[in-house]
Amino acid sequence: MNIHEYQAKEILADYGVKIAEGGIAYSVEDAAQRAREIEGDVWVVKAQVHSGARGKAGGIKVCKTLSEVEAAAEELLGKILVTHQSGPAGKLCSRVYIEAGTKIAKEIYLSFLIDRSTERVIMVGSAQGGMEIETLAKEHPEAIEKIYIEPAVGLQDFQARKMAFALGLDSSLLNHAVKTIKGCYRALRDLDANILEINPLVVSSNNEIIALDAKMAFDENALYRRHKIAELRDNSQVDPREVAAAEVGLSYVGLDGDIGCMINGAGLAMATMDMIKLAGGEPANFLDVGGGASAERTEKAFRLVLADQNVKAMLVNIFAGINRCDWIAEGVVQAVKNIGMQVPLIVRLSGTNVKEGRKIIADSGLKIITADTLAEAAEKVVAARNRVVAQEG
Amino acid sequence: MAILIDEKTRIIVQGFTGKIGTFHAQEMIEYGSNVAGGVTPGKGGQIHLGLPVFNTVKEAVQQVGAEASIVFVPPAFAADSIMEAADAGIRYCVSITDGIPTRDMMTVKNFLRRFPKTERMMLTGPNCAGTISPNRSMLGIMPGHIYTRGNVGVVGRSGTLGYEAADQMRLLGIGISTSVGIGGDPIIGSSHLDVLEKLELDPETKVALMIGEIGGPMEVDAGIFFKENMTKPLVAYIAGLTAPEGRRMGHAGAIISSAGESAAEKVATLKELGVTICPTPSLMGQTVAEVLAKL
Repeated sequence: MNIHEYQAKEILADYGVKIAEGGIAYSVEDAAQRAREIEGDVWVVKAQVHSGARGKAGGIKVCKTLSEVEAAAEELLGKILVTHQSGPAGKLCSRVYIEAGTKIAKEIYLSFLIDRSTERVIMVGSAQGGMEIETLAKEHPEAIEKIYIEPAVGLQDFQARKMAFALGLDSSLLNHAVKTIKGCYRALRDLDANILEINPLVVSSNNEIIALDAKMAFDENALYRRHKIAELRDNSQVDPREVAAAEVGLSYVGLDGDIGCMINGAGLAMATMDMIKLAGGEPANFLDVGGGASAERTEKAFRLVLADQNVKAMLVNIFAGINRCDWIAEGVVQAVKNIGMQVPLIVRLSGTNVKEGRKIIADSGLKIITADTLAEAAEKVVAARNRVVAQEG
Repeated sequence: MAILIDEKTRIIVQGFTGKIGTFHAQEMIEYGSNVAGGVTPGKGGQIHLGLPVFNTVKEAVQQVGAEASIVFVPPAFAADSIMEAADAGIRYCVSITDGIPTRDMMTVKNFLRRFPKTERMMLTGPNCAGTISPNRSMLGIMPGHIYTRGNVGVVGRSGTLGYEAADQMRLLGIGISTSVGIGGDPIIGSSHLDVLEKLELDPETKVALMIGEIGGPMEVDAGIFFKENMTKPLVAYIAGLTAPEGRRMGHAGAIISSAGESAAEKVATLKELGVTICPTPSLMGQTVAEVLAKL
């Protein structure tokens, strides 16, 4: 689960990381009021959306007067910000963060994430801040310092010092740097975060280390024990179809194609989508209906897939283990009837009680195309999709 | 015996008396697995499904000689149950539980590393379908009837895709020595490599099939192990050709987060390492058959 920059900064401030003075605003009037409270003569108005690369997309504006702050807020509030990380649909900006301008002497990069190969938290830093770390890793791999943290003992001072020196920080800043780095690590560990990235972390002209940006993402599986973090969820930043899916306990990812999919199991779902692609089609979605798919759940899954107006044909592929093909078949028949489904439907059932399941589909009298194998199912759904497209002319 | 489990392996069920534990314990018993009892703290001394319930794994080890365990404990408590099993001297543990926090799994892995390698419990999962040695023992939640006994060893992250592979092989008359589901989470007990190491040493296994997916370094690590250490052929399929970068495809581990983690990149690397690639998921059985025919 992602959170906004200002929320991540509030968390980090609690862990002893210095941030610039700032406040959140939901309206132009709020924005001006926050700027007045902050005082000073330079403010930065920052779009709060769950995406990086906001600066290049015009989501961050430096303002020298209150009227500039108002104009920036006016422009950003309600805007759909499309960055190169947000996907083509962009993200709605419904709040802006007003922050005191910081005079920057040096920009650095610092992040913490879980490294899958070593099963440890890894701390990544570079004296070259402001750049995207992927670009930096490609162009200047020698400029990146990586330190692995032993889970049993946590981040040690010497490791934080090592990072501070690698970041090229002045010795006068050593204690402050250690406090900042350890604070970041503790925030990640204590709150079950998967990622914490500060880009840039800056040294200000008055020699302070300040987190100028902050990105945190949390482990969904741990939210049951992080109630305060769970409250920070902002569903306006997530594809509404994924939100609807999550509410009924389904795993859905919207894609750009036009063949709707309902499959049980994440691996089989990916494999089925691969088959569709190899047969010349493009999947409209990933949808794992999971185990124990009741008729009610099946209907909900159908509604979710068909809510996508692009869908021209739909494929159901179930390999029943704990599921039973007859239960799934009943769910499919019920869903097709209740929804009044218009697009062609291809159903492939396999596994437990497959004969009973196929009989239910055959006896339903509905126009359902059946397939016995994965390959046959993919070919049939692509053919059906092509017929629909041809008819539409 | 087959790797990991056989008909004699004494199994206990952690989370035995719960609804899910009960259901799958019954299925395993019907399949012929040697289930010796279960553990539910606080319910020790009761009889469930005709078998003894223990308060601790240690008691189960001492009283019924438990060697392997299967964990159905809810996600908030599952890591603790796994560590209890390791501490009690269980040799092999399968965690079915889905939704264990990543940090808890880091703790589990760290705990396991404290044991010398010869005494360390092997863990597969979490978030997996379990392990089956057809006609001998099932320590998992798979539909046992689609597996026939034979000489192909299977390791895969996904449950249902593993069923698909087993079914394709069955229809071609190919059987399985052992099939191991390692799970779809970012941090798991055993990797593809850990299982391939065992399949390489298994006299019953002639060919290994690895069913991987996008995300993480595990499949490529296994490919390198194959090139350097394996004498048996390795067949692989990598799911997720259509997966976009940065989007989690169901499994928490199935997310392309750095270079080399997409399906196309993994396939290219594995090919270079000499692994036989299944061009499509519908050809897993066929590809294995062709490799077997050449032996």
